[in-house]
Amino acid sequence: MSKVDQNGKIPNNVDLSSDKRLQRALEHWLPLYMEWWNDMGPVGYQTKDIYLRTAVSVEAGGWANFDYVQMPDYRWGIFLAPDGGGERTIGFGDHIGKPTWKEIPGEYRGNLRRIIVTQADTEPASVEQQRFLGSIAPSLYDMRNLFQVNVEEGRHLWAMVYLLFRFFGKDGRDEAEELLSRRSGDEDKPRILNAFNEPCDHWLSFFSFTHFTDRDGKFQLASLAESGFEPLARTCEFMLTEEAHHLFVGETGIDRIIKRSAELTVETDGDPMTAGGIPLDMIQRSINYWFSYSLDLFGGEISSNAANFFGEGLKGRFKEQGRYEDHIMKDGIKIIPIVKNGIVVEEEMPYRNTLNEVLREEYIADCERALRKWNRTLEKSGLDVRLRLPSRRFHRAQGIYSDHHFDPEGNLVTEAEFRANMNDWMLNTEDNAFLTSIMHPVTEPGKMANWIAPPSRGINGQDVDFEYVRL
Amino acid sequence: MDVNPDHPLKDGYELKLNSYDLGVDIELADIVRRLRFEHPEITSLVVSSAHEQVFCAGANIHMLGVSSHAWKVNFCKFTNETRCELEDWASQADVATVCAITGPCAGGGYELALACEEIWLVDDGNSAVSLPETPLLGVLPGTGGLTRLVDKRKVRRDRADVFCTLAEGFKGKKAVQWGLVDAIAPKSKFNDTLAAHLVSHRDQRPGRADRSGITLNDIPFVDEDNTRKYSTLHVEYDNARRTAQLVIQVPSAEGAPDSAEAIHAAGDQFWPLLFARELEDAILDLRVNRHDTGLVLLKTKGQLEDIKAWDQILIDHQGDWLVDQITHLLSHVIQRVERTSCSFFALIEGDSCFGGTMLELALACDRQYMLDEDGIEVQRSPINEGILPMTTGITRQACRLLGEVELLESCLGKFDRMDASEAEEMGLITEALDEFDYEDMVPVAIDERVSLSPDSLTGMEANLRFSGPENTKSKVFGRLSAWQNWIFIRPNATGPNGALTLYGRPERPEFAWDRV
Repeated sequence: MSKVDQNGKIPNNVDLSSDKRLQRALEHWLPLYMEWWNDMGPVGYQTKDIYLRTAVSVEAGGWANFDYVQMPDYRWGIFLAPDGGGERTIGFGDHIGKPTWKEIPGEYRGNLRRIIVTQADTEPASVEQQRFLGSIAPSLYDMRNLFQVNVEEGRHLWAMVYLLFRFFGKDGRDEAEELLSRRSGDEDKPRILNAFNEPCDHWLSFFSFTHFTDRDGKFQLASLAESGFEPLARTCEFMLTEEAHHLFVGETGIDRIIKRSAELTVETDGDPMTAGGIPLDMIQRSINYWFSYSLDLFGGEISSNAANFFGEGLKGRFKEQGRYEDHIMKDGIKIIPIVKNGIVVEEEMPYRNTLNEVLREEYIADCERALRKWNRTLEKSGLDVRLRLPSRRFHRAQGIYSDHHFDPEGNLVTEAEFRANMNDWMLNTEDNAFLTSIMHPVTEPGKMANWIAPPSRGINGQDVDFEYVRL
Repeated sequence: MDVNPDHPLKDGYELKLNSYDLGVDIELADIVRRLRFEHPEITSLVVSSAHEQVFCAGANIHMLGVSSHAWKVNFCKFTNETRCELEDWASQADVATVCAITGPCAGGGYELALACEEIWLVDDGNSAVSLPETPLLGVLPGTGGLTRLVDKRKVRRDRADVFCTLAEGFKGKKAVQWGLVDAIAPKSKFNDTLAAHLVSHRDQRPGRADRSGITLNDIPFVDEDNTRKYSTLHVEYDNARRTAQLVIQVPSAEGAPDSAEAIHAAGDQFWPLLFARELEDAILDLRVNRHDTGLVLLKTKGQLEDIKAWDQILIDHQGDWLVDQITHLLSHVIQRVERTSCSFFALIEGDSCFGGTMLELALACDRQYMLDEDGIEVQRSPINEGILPMTTGITRQACRLLGEVELLESCLGKFDRMDASEAEEMGLITEALDEFDYEDMVPVAIDERVSLSPDSLTGMEANLRFSGPENTKSKVFGRLSAWQNWIFIRPNATGPNGALTLYGRPERPEFAWDRV
């Protein structure tokens, strides 16, 4: 019998019990994964009972089993969305209408590996970024959500690693090991994408990250769920169901902070810091900071990789089938504002090459929807101030705007102007020091830290004062 | 390396991600040349990148896309010569060349690294070396990449095969294991480890600090009436006939510098150096700007005793760093003549002075016609016995006389003047012709030459010029470049659906699958 207890410890729908190759790879990787979780996963609380959701099957109801679990005993599993029966066909690009690939097409092996490794690398990265946040959680409810996000990011790593093991042989095993050896923010072994190396050391950053940066994940996963490489598509489809909760945590977390900040602003006559609250302009700076870093994750505005991935049928657009009519787009064009001779001018680009930007626009629209919600909260508070997203050109380190400087409205400014205003535009050292100073743990069930409002309801129908973590 | 994307040599592309075009490579060539002459004190050279995201993305693909075939070929030839000169200089001046790779290093970027003697790679999980030309572009790493991988670095051919078909290349540990780089170090220790290593290179090369370089000034020339005039030579173009006359004027050696100090004091005005630089400039101008010229007629003016005296100065001061670098440069420039896609005939007539260095130039030509008249003579010198080797490392006379070893040996040490019939007997010239035959035959030979297919001539000359042994350099030019030039005109690369044509465009290439 294999050392990997395939049907008990590792819930799966990929026939792990009869896949010797997968078992062998997991036997080697599992101890490394646990070592990584112990070294780089949440600090403390590993032996506490936490009210977590575990996926045990892909059937309705099977993916959301709630019970008290200690994190190291969490049943990380391997799930693909059900194939739905029938023959799937590739839905876009140059191979449109042909049957989807069940095995890796050799000519696209390199590109697929790159796509999968890049996505996979973000999963453990966020766990690393958030590892110290448990001890300053504003409530047991939030602490539980943090750990839920963490274990599910761990499971998403498993999902991607499954693809590497199953389809990429020795190269895949090497990559899977590398995924455990890179470290967020480490000078020598950084994570691949920059937003995943940014420090996330208080809860405003955590919520902003979960809202803005995890939301990139939603759009990437959704485009990969369109993939002609069926195992990737089905894996991402299933991950999306879990990802939705992460976004909920971020979006409602910021909303609750806004609500509380607005209350404190009114109470203190405009200076919530005196009451240990977070000023609204600081929230705006956090939005500017995390939104701009997250925009970079979509890649360059004009990208031959993006064109290739689409043409090859590897990565579609967001909701490709529902939202678009033309799934080939060979000759289309798209207008992209670029900087030429010191001014922003609009230029026509081949549509396929602009697909990163197309996806980024979907993302921005989704972020704007959340902004409207947050502003309704502000409206209800009676304050006139409103929050906004900065221009997509602001503070970019990737793509065609990264060589220039823009203000949050998207106007070109000099480097000197940018530097002079940087602290007003983005979360700065003083902000972070203040935020860290007000983050004290609150561990009594139902109680909240002063800087955040309680959630409107609990998890899985439980009350807000339910004991989400047994300390 | 810190390429400004906004200043390409021609319009139509941007030099993003430290990619390069001919303009960038001319700067690199200039740097290597200035290191040779202006910085004899240095013990090591580090090639590094100032770009935040990448080391170097290689030759600019969009530039290749908008360039004519001739431009691409010339570009590759020049970039290859620059990398060869970097290697030559490193060995001749005994300088440790280290490529310090931070960030992705692809294609031509890695080929530049391969031209260094050591390759260091930062082990940060992101920096990688790769040759993505075949998988991404349907062409070859044509700037020496394939040859240096297996011939210079001696990477196993099966591993090289895997590496050259993997667009993303290899990072860190695997790159070292497979011999693609020499050393890796984590980012936090990279600079310190490298600095310590450079100190050891410096300690192994004591005494250099006392040397001081000379200044290389601009090379003035005048272009008028179809003639390009330099101080030591001129090239007169006959556009209708598609020929040019390259006439070298060897000056009197009276008052020439007679000591190392005097040579150093003369600097870039010392005639052999001045001449080498001007000849090189003329040859490069011919290659890039005078495509129609099919045949160059090489002539010299001056006295045999003067060229002998100039050569003697070089011979007498061998071991002086400057004089050594001048002979290396002369050798490099004469090799450039042989790598030029143009026919060369040496015409040995009255007033000519084909001795030593000038005779070597004549031997670099495809044919040598000598007027058989009293007083017209050629003269060998020790310069012809290994000081100015060919690309393949042997002398031009050895290359000519591969099948006549006894004749070659009988020449050695023979430095007397020879008239036309003696020169013919010694295998130094193609034909000795008397006045009437010369007048009858030489113009006909010229007309005949320029009537032949230029492509055929280019291929024929490249094959005939380099008999004898091969080395890495000769394979880079004779094999890799030749294959690359063929691939450049194939539809799979540059046809409407070719991989190079479509790179960066939304469509993807379609290949004709027949192996040719």
